[in-house]
Amino acid sequence: MKKEVFLQFNNVSKQYKDFLAVDDLSFKVYEGDIFGFLGPNGAGKSTSIRMTLSLIKPTSGNIKLLGKDIVNEREETLAQVGALIEKPDFYPYLTAQKNLELLGKLSRVANLSEKIDEVLELVGLTSRRESKVKTFSQGMKQRLGIAQTLLHDPKLIILDEPANGLDPQGQVDMRELIVRINKERGITVIISSHILNEVEQICNRMVIINKGKSMVEGNVSELLTGSRMKVSYVTDDNENTKNLLLNSSFKQYFNGIEKEKLSLLIEHESIPELNNYLSNEGVKVYSIEPIRSLEEYFISMTK
Amino acid sequence: MINLIQIELYKIFRKPRTYIGFGAIAFIVIVVNLGFLFEGEQLLGFLIDSLKDKFLLSGNLINAYTMAFVILNSLWIHLPILISITAGDMISGEANNGTFRLLLTRPVSRSKLLAAKFISAWIYTVLLLIFMILLSLSLGYLIFGIGDLIVIKTTISILSSDDTLWRFGYATLFGILSMTTVTSMSFLLSSLSENSIGPIVGTFAIIVGLTIVSTLGYALIAPIVPYLFTTYLPSWDIFFQMDMDIEKLYRAIVVNLVYTFAFITYTFYYFKNKDILS
Repeated sequence: MKKEVFLQFNNVSKQYKDFLAVDDLSFKVYEGDIFGFLGPNGAGKSTSIRMTLSLIKPTSGNIKLLGKDIVNEREETLAQVGALIEKPDFYPYLTAQKNLELLGKLSRVANLSEKIDEVLELVGLTSRRESKVKTFSQGMKQRLGIAQTLLHDPKLIILDEPANGLDPQGQVDMRELIVRINKERGITVIISSHILNEVEQICNRMVIINKGKSMVEGNVSELLTGSRMKVSYVTDDNENTKNLLLNSSFKQYFNGIEKEKLSLLIEHESIPELNNYLSNEGVKVYSIEPIRSLEEYFISMTK
Repeated sequence: MINLIQIELYKIFRKPRTYIGFGAIAFIVIVVNLGFLFEGEQLLGFLIDSLKDKFLLSGNLINAYTMAFVILNSLWIHLPILISITAGDMISGEANNGTFRLLLTRPVSRSKLLAAKFISAWIYTVLLLIFMILLSLSLGYLIFGIGDLIVIKTTISILSSDDTLWRFGYATLFGILSMTTVTSMSFLLSSLSENSIGPIVGTFAIIVGLTIVSTLGYALIAPIVPYLFTTYLPSWDIFFQMDMDIEKLYRAIVVNLVYTFAFITYTFYYFKNKDILS
């Protein structure tokens, strides 16, 4: 079944006085996707997202959001979209409940009280509903930010760097929440991020941009297959393992020892084979940590 | 639209800074009243000393009307600062807090949001003005009762007590008009700024600057003075003249309306086309 296109960038550019923030950018997001909008800091992600939501006007090109022109049909379109842009800023002198009430009224949400109960429950903030937002931690603000995107039952939510400022557990919780929203509610999600691992773990499709230009677009699994990723191994004897690797068919993957960890540059699909080899050689592996940075992926793409 | 105005008013009146204006006015009104209660004869003597040789003054000269008139005279130039604390924060405050991103990603047009914000700021201005006049009159009435009002300007007007209250009513209406111009200027500055300090300082600087420039009376500036809205900020006292200067009143109304229209029009034009980067 052909999926509906929920977001389409057609040759979109944004020029500030002497700076081209977005350069002829084109990509598509389909219904049901968890779409990763990936790029290093300053790549033009936030500008693109702000253009998607009509906060910034494109200099050229056009953007179709849910099949409509966001510039000319802004209100109809935004009624079906939820967004959390950059930091989750709220009115600090109001409670979580009151913040959601004001935003729900702006979106003309029916049964607002019930919807607020529902979204606060979903993000785990029911017990803090009467607390003023100024008392919230960054993680709680992020969750409240997600809650406000869901108030009006949107078809699509856009989250700009949703894991920013969260501790590791908070990042895991955020990823789980996003996947739940997509799976249980059927909401299409666009996530902007500069962390490849984050996108790899939850997104099915992605576009990578750099200096305002699209570098690559497609299915995450297809794009990352074949590319080498950095993997850190901690073993019972790193020196011995290093020698074993250098005298084996895996020596091409060896990248050095960094901070008492073995570093390897290896394809995703070769990892099980390497694990078998180390196990057969009696090496005790205590941890395997994939570290795939965007920069390394760019390098592997250009190799 | 009413929904939007309710939301904006709710936000205004939940912010502690909103009450700075009311608090400052209440403080000044109370202090002035107490000052006249304890040292009224001396203060009045200072004001009417030169008249004693030519007039026989009798009756309750320190009364609610005198108090309200004195307070209006002293607060009229300060009121714009109190107004700008709220009006200047209406747009720049959202930018500074980062909450514009929340508001403008909702299905609400920028124009409607801006209109709701302006109307709410205007309601705050009107409430502040009415609060100032009602508090001055009522506290003065409770402490001193009512009596005739002596107004000393270029001429001396002695207004009988039953010919005075309506003048405060019209002065309030004129005050609403001139403070609407101040509100709209502060609102414009707020749309140009990403923090609240700029519009507040800007409003104060423009009003004080223009007032000083027009008071200096330089020949170079004299031709434009009648077209500055600040020239007419104290024109509420026209209503306290025995022979009201209707021509000046008419000019004051037109100048204020033109400035208000220009400030609001430019704010809408600028904000509708503004990239939200905050």
